[in-house]
Amino acid sequence: MTAIGQSWGRYPRTNQQLVPWTNRHAELKQTDLKQLPYGNGRSYGDSCLNDGGVLLHTRGTDRLIAFDPRTGVLTCESGVLFAEILDLVVTQGWFLPVTPGTRYVTIGGAIANDVHGKNHHRAGSFGHHLLAFELLRSDGSRLRCSPTENAEWFAATLGGLGLTGLITWASVQLRRISSPAMVVESHKFGSLPEFFALSKVANQDDEYVVAWIDCVARGSSLGRGLLSSGNHAPASAETRIAGKKGRLRIPVTPPLSLINPLSLRAFNALYYHRQRQQVSRTIAHYEPYFYPLDSIGEWNRIYGPRGFLQYQCVIPPAVAETVTTALVKAISASGKGSFLAVLKQFGELPSLGMLSFPRPGTTLALDFPNEGERTHSLLDRLDDMVAEAGGAVYPAKDARMPGHRFRQYFPAWESFSRFIDPRFSSSFWRRVTE
Amino acid sequence: MQNILIIGATSAIAEATARVYAGRGSNLFLAARDAVRLHDIAEDLRIRGANEVAYAILDVNDENARETVIQAAWEKLGRVDVTLIAHGTLPQQDQCERDTRLALAEFATNGTSTIALMTQIAQKLEAQGQGAMAVISSVAGDRGRQSNYLYGSAKAAVTTYLSGLRQRLSKHGIGVTTIKPGFVDTPMTQAFKKGALWAKPDDVAHGIVKAVDRKAGTVYLPGFWRPIMFAITHVPEFLFNRLKL
Repeated sequence: MTAIGQSWGRYPRTNQQLVPWTNRHAELKQTDLKQLPYGNGRSYGDSCLNDGGVLLHTRGTDRLIAFDPRTGVLTCESGVLFAEILDLVVTQGWFLPVTPGTRYVTIGGAIANDVHGKNHHRAGSFGHHLLAFELLRSDGSRLRCSPTENAEWFAATLGGLGLTGLITWASVQLRRISSPAMVVESHKFGSLPEFFALSKVANQDDEYVVAWIDCVARGSSLGRGLLSSGNHAPASAETRIAGKKGRLRIPVTPPLSLINPLSLRAFNALYYHRQRQQVSRTIAHYEPYFYPLDSIGEWNRIYGPRGFLQYQCVIPPAVAETVTTALVKAISASGKGSFLAVLKQFGELPSLGMLSFPRPGTTLALDFPNEGERTHSLLDRLDDMVAEAGGAVYPAKDARMPGHRFRQYFPAWESFSRFIDPRFSSSFWRRVTE
Repeated sequence: MQNILIIGATSAIAEATARVYAGRGSNLFLAARDAVRLHDIAEDLRIRGANEVAYAILDVNDENARETVIQAAWEKLGRVDVTLIAHGTLPQQDQCERDTRLALAEFATNGTSTIALMTQIAQKLEAQGQGAMAVISSVAGDRGRQSNYLYGSAKAAVTTYLSGLRQRLSKHGIGVTTIKPGFVDTPMTQAFKKGALWAKPDDVAHGIVKAVDRKAGTVYLPGFWRPIMFAITHVPEFLFNRLKL
């Protein structure tokens, strides 16, 4: 559970009025303050914050509206968590079509950020499976949006960071599964060129592909890591497996970040060497496979009271290998970086949202403890490389990118802005456009 | 399969409790004022696994409606295994001090109407010879405090009534459970700043179902409220009068 009104990176700290949103038929309250829908606070930076304004806390609308176990079409209110959807549908042979690395996001948040997962190369992003939703505007109008109805509003709201109005309900096409288990293969790689070669093959053969890289390793070990490829298991006795019920929790915020050069080096080396063989094959329940960090409640506390910054960028295919190598070198040289630096090659499917982040290329994501100016200047340097390569940085994870960079990464921002609800705004939006 | 009647079914605690019963495949009959919200909740409960869900509109202060709805619930369900009475408001204490009519209206909603419902349902349960009733009272009923003693006194009436009813119905094997939630994070309490003592409706709901299952007499939810309220009720008057509570 995140403290309500905070973002997952616990940076920046803002002050806003929290208004519970519990009835999807209600109208938005008239207020002079700017409003912003707030789901479960899993965006990392300030895209889910609204300093000096109102946050409409949508978790109060968490009702299921319709579910057809024959077709896998689920309609629910926007505050429903992915975790709640999984609890309901997995036993009936269905799974989320696309899921991020935590199941504690609301469906409204998944739409507002057009989230992606390890199957982007096959399935695209969440928007590709979104059948319809209702958008409530502050003037009281309600727009039913789908790829064919109010299509412009559909495209603006998908990845639209909650700025176009409040999503009251949504309808999504789920994916069939035969088992809650996953067949997972993990390949060790010693360098980034090896990652690119392995990833290309895996993207053809496997539904879910993602790699972890050791972002502290230097010299001949630079870019070493593990590539994991997974597929939903077929129905058979061998794959009968239970999810773990026990949950660890970080009970308090330590006074200092526990993530420092020493602990980072040790963790990364251990993680890499834990796997002895070149290739390991296992059967895993979907929970630890998709959501390893969800089993540690409030893990974001380990970064201490100053919080952390997540950085996720995408580099276009033509220059992916050289620029990714340059980024990893810069991060490794800085000695910062994180427990989990994640690397993945997106597929070719164009995103449907005007401001959607996923696009063809290689995406790199990692956390940095917030050490103020030092961290910011490192990320600014990464931005220089990403911008020069024609890439982009993910707003859902951002708390610091300069406005000119955002506008360069998302040239559609200007045509998008005419869809913004006049009574809506966010800390992020003001930061990058004003 | 259990048959469940819930009065005040659109309250956050009641809705969360209904979801627990839905997950068990129960039949549910819901009563509350707002037809649209009842409809939404009924649909949600069906998807969550409830066998059959019916509902009726009820203003608990309407004497005729109370009788009609209880009758309808029994007709629909045949036998009612569990009744949960969960409706309530949180009156503004300062306004109740200035406005007698408002004070009595709030007392009716939180106290008198509940007593009326308990009386009628007890008759049904007695005739049926089995079943359980759980009623949401409050820790506020344990001792009147200046910040909300109108609400507290209505809940005290409910608590005392329940105690007598439990004694009477225990001979028939009928469970009567007094639920005393502490601070719960619901729309009813949205104006309050939430701290460590605040519980989620979900947790309270699981506590209610567990208490009904084991035919508990009085439960505090979460359980840490029992020692807290023990302490509060035992503070001597001269000291109590100086407290801000």
